[in-house]
Amino acid sequence: MSTETASSKTSNQSPSLDPAATAVSQESMSAEISDIQVGYQKSLAAGVKAETQPRLDFAPYRSSLLRHPTKNLHHVDPETIELYSPAFGERDVHTLESDLTIQHNGEPIGERIVVAGRVLDGDGRPVAGQLIEVWQANAAGRYIHKRDQHPAPIDPNFTGVGRAITGKNGEYSFTTIKPAPYPWKNHHNAWRPAHIHFSLFGTDFTQRMITQMYFPGDPLFSLDPIYQSITDAEARNRLVATYDHSITSHEWATGYNWDIVLTGSNRTWMEDEEGDH
Amino acid sequence: MTQAAHTSAPALKLAPTPGQTIGPFYGYALPYEKDNELVNQARPGSVRLHGNVTDGAGALIPDALLEIWQPDEEGNVVSKDGSLVRDGYTFTGWGRTAVDNAGHYTFTTLNPGATEAGKAPFIMLTVFARGLLNRLFTRIYLPEDTAALANDPLLSSLDAKSRASMIATREADGSLRFDVSLQGEDETVFLAYPRED
Repeated sequence: MSTETASSKTSNQSPSLDPAATAVSQESMSAEISDIQVGYQKSLAAGVKAETQPRLDFAPYRSSLLRHPTKNLHHVDPETIELYSPAFGERDVHTLESDLTIQHNGEPIGERIVVAGRVLDGDGRPVAGQLIEVWQANAAGRYIHKRDQHPAPIDPNFTGVGRAITGKNGEYSFTTIKPAPYPWKNHHNAWRPAHIHFSLFGTDFTQRMITQMYFPGDPLFSLDPIYQSITDAEARNRLVATYDHSITSHEWATGYNWDIVLTGSNRTWMEDEEGDH
Repeated sequence: MTQAAHTSAPALKLAPTPGQTIGPFYGYALPYEKDNELVNQARPGSVRLHGNVTDGAGALIPDALLEIWQPDEEGNVVSKDGSLVRDGYTFTGWGRTAVDNAGHYTFTTLNPGATEAGKAPFIMLTVFARGLLNRLFTRIYLPEDTAALANDPLLSSLDAKSRASMIATREADGSLRFDVSLQGEDETVFLAYPRED
């Protein structure tokens, strides 16, 4: 399969710093992605269950070659500590930390936006009073990080880090600047679609998740191996926010809605089952 | 045993949002002061938990972020806020650390107690890294209670090498050593829980 060919080609080289990796064209990268998608469509047609998560083994994302487990994940029933999550509260996070545009003396450059939504668990229950952390590039696609050295300006008024505690209905809202796409070295002329990183906790630590939120209609979606590592189109689409004019505010900011669904809690049903015996 | 319980887990009502890699640029966002100090080093009973994170070529990974979540020494699940603003007195049971440039991590914590009599005590570990498309979970078992380890349903279901990958080593100074291998010969056993989709 094409996946294996790609692995064997580069597995003896450093996937992160290999200058040869950047010689791969977008066309051949897109062909690699497409081969995997075709294989997935065939397995779907053959009745295999739809995938909901990214593949850990996804060769087009070169940095994953040596960093994905080769053994199957081991299925286990959660024990006590795994059925609970750490607690965060007002002591941990100030309410102003959800506004990424007021952290410096001046206003950051760019398109001011509000991203708002709810955090739910797999049963549709709101995840209340939990920590959300976000980080992102600025309006020029530059991160405040020493490893991001591409020639785009740093904005002295924008760091791109925020935190919030969800409300009693699982709701959250961040005010920020719309991030831009940025280049990376996975292959030649590789650009990431604009995104905001989200870090999330549930009621069980087994629901812990870090992901990326994207913006609707990004022309880079089909070209991006990280986004495409989620082989299922419906699943990929769950990472894309919706433009929401009811979140947009007059002469201030445009608005996006993004609801996040964590995996299912195991505490309730396991307790119920114990009660049955 | 494991399988039987799995089949009784109710189906999800909503499809879960997919995860994505943490990427390379979390360093200015997620680490914070004393993030890896669940207790102060000076506290009696404090232990160092440390190890390396390596890839499939055995190379040390300089851009991974780890989190631990554990009960206290008596096996109680703690539900106290304050993890992000460590006051030096409150044990919250949760900690985070980015590995250093040489792929090494260190937490200062307490030995977890058994949550029920006869259970093998363990620390839950979550691994994030650039190049890792979704988080991984594993358990760090304490090595001492060999009877409890022998009765542990998860460990009992593993071959000897995989089993060993989940049990920390107690070093001469009392530290716990636990290495994480994402791929290859010594690959750590990573876990899947019910109701992930």
